[in-house]
Amino acid sequence: MKKITNNKAWFLVLPVFLLVAFSAIIPIMTVVNYSVQDIFDQNTSYFVGAEWYREMLRSPRLLDSLLRQFSYSFSVLLIEVPLGIAVALMMPAKGRMASVSLILVAIPLLIPWNVVGTIWQTFSRADIGLFGWAVNAIGIDYNYSSNASDAWFTVLLMDVWHWTSLIALLCYSGLRAIPEAFYQAARIDRASSWAIFRYIQLPRLKSVLVIGVLLRFMDSFMIYTEPFVLTGGGPGNSTTFLSQALTKMAIGQFDLGPAAAFSLIYYLIVLLVCYLFFTVINLQDKAK
Amino acid sequence: MSWMAWTGLTTTFFSVIAVILVCMTVYEIKVPCTERKGFLPISTTRGDRLFIGLLSSAYIHLAFLAVTEFSLMIALALSVIWLAILLRWG
Repeated sequence: MKKITNNKAWFLVLPVFLLVAFSAIIPIMTVVNYSVQDIFDQNTSYFVGAEWYREMLRSPRLLDSLLRQFSYSFSVLLIEVPLGIAVALMMPAKGRMASVSLILVAIPLLIPWNVVGTIWQTFSRADIGLFGWAVNAIGIDYNYSSNASDAWFTVLLMDVWHWTSLIALLCYSGLRAIPEAFYQAARIDRASSWAIFRYIQLPRLKSVLVIGVLLRFMDSFMIYTEPFVLTGGGPGNSTTFLSQALTKMAIGQFDLGPAAAFSLIYYLIVLLVCYLFFTVINLQDKAK
Repeated sequence: MSWMAWTGLTTTFFSVIAVILVCMTVYEIKVPCTERKGFLPISTTRGDRLFIGLLSSAYIHLAFLAVTEFSLMIALALSVIWLAILLRWG
């Protein structure tokens, strides 16, 4: 029998398409147009071809911030994913304490980015901040505003504090969805708690973890506010991530052409990562 | 449309993309495609292969700009060949 597919339902997507065209496609076309021109003002612009792209791809300042961005995002994932799983495993499954711990874990997620930045800016100060003062008091020389690795560490710690909860909550919901029968079977086989984790919990957490990793990667890849408030990108350029380098160029120096070229390179990276995740999620769905 | 700062090159670029999309839509309606497995590690539809081809072409261009002094026309030619191979055997 020949199956007939009716694609007319696609017309129902038309309003959303128009909306996306207005809010995303037309602006991005404009960005592409800007990226091949040297724009002075509204009426004066010169066509420069691929010059801005060449300049951007070879500019050490931006390559450095790209490298910094990747190592930051990977560090975030390396710390937050195992930590989030561990937190989820330790959270109580039932009773009053379950709701209390859920609320406690969710609190950091409710705090706006700039507030998180401000909290950590004060908290980590060597003179008046509890954390900064305590670290110095135990004999470690720590000052995030003058030492690059301290600044890096603080930005990372702040992100871990802010976002590990997200992974923990996702994993918690994933863990609760595992039927009790799996654990009963494991107990009959006298499986160790490591074996239960390795062969029952972890495989069952795979789909929530993919989403969690995607969300954390994307969020940390476009991080702007927190390091901006905490360190302002310094000391030097040590915590200047992609979006901040881009903002400095586009709004600070008003270099629209190079900034457009750079944001398109940034966009292509994001698009590639998104597509990889999309493929992984699709493959998972098919495997089910 | 002057606020969008169009240039001849970008107009051609977006027109070509639009034409490709329209052609692919028409082709899909006339000859619906089925998912298949080619030399790519995943099974893909025609649209998937087009997307992969366009995205990798963008990266080919960026790689040319980043490490060589060659004209982008070579990158373009390479991309077209790559896209054709991908659509046919990918």
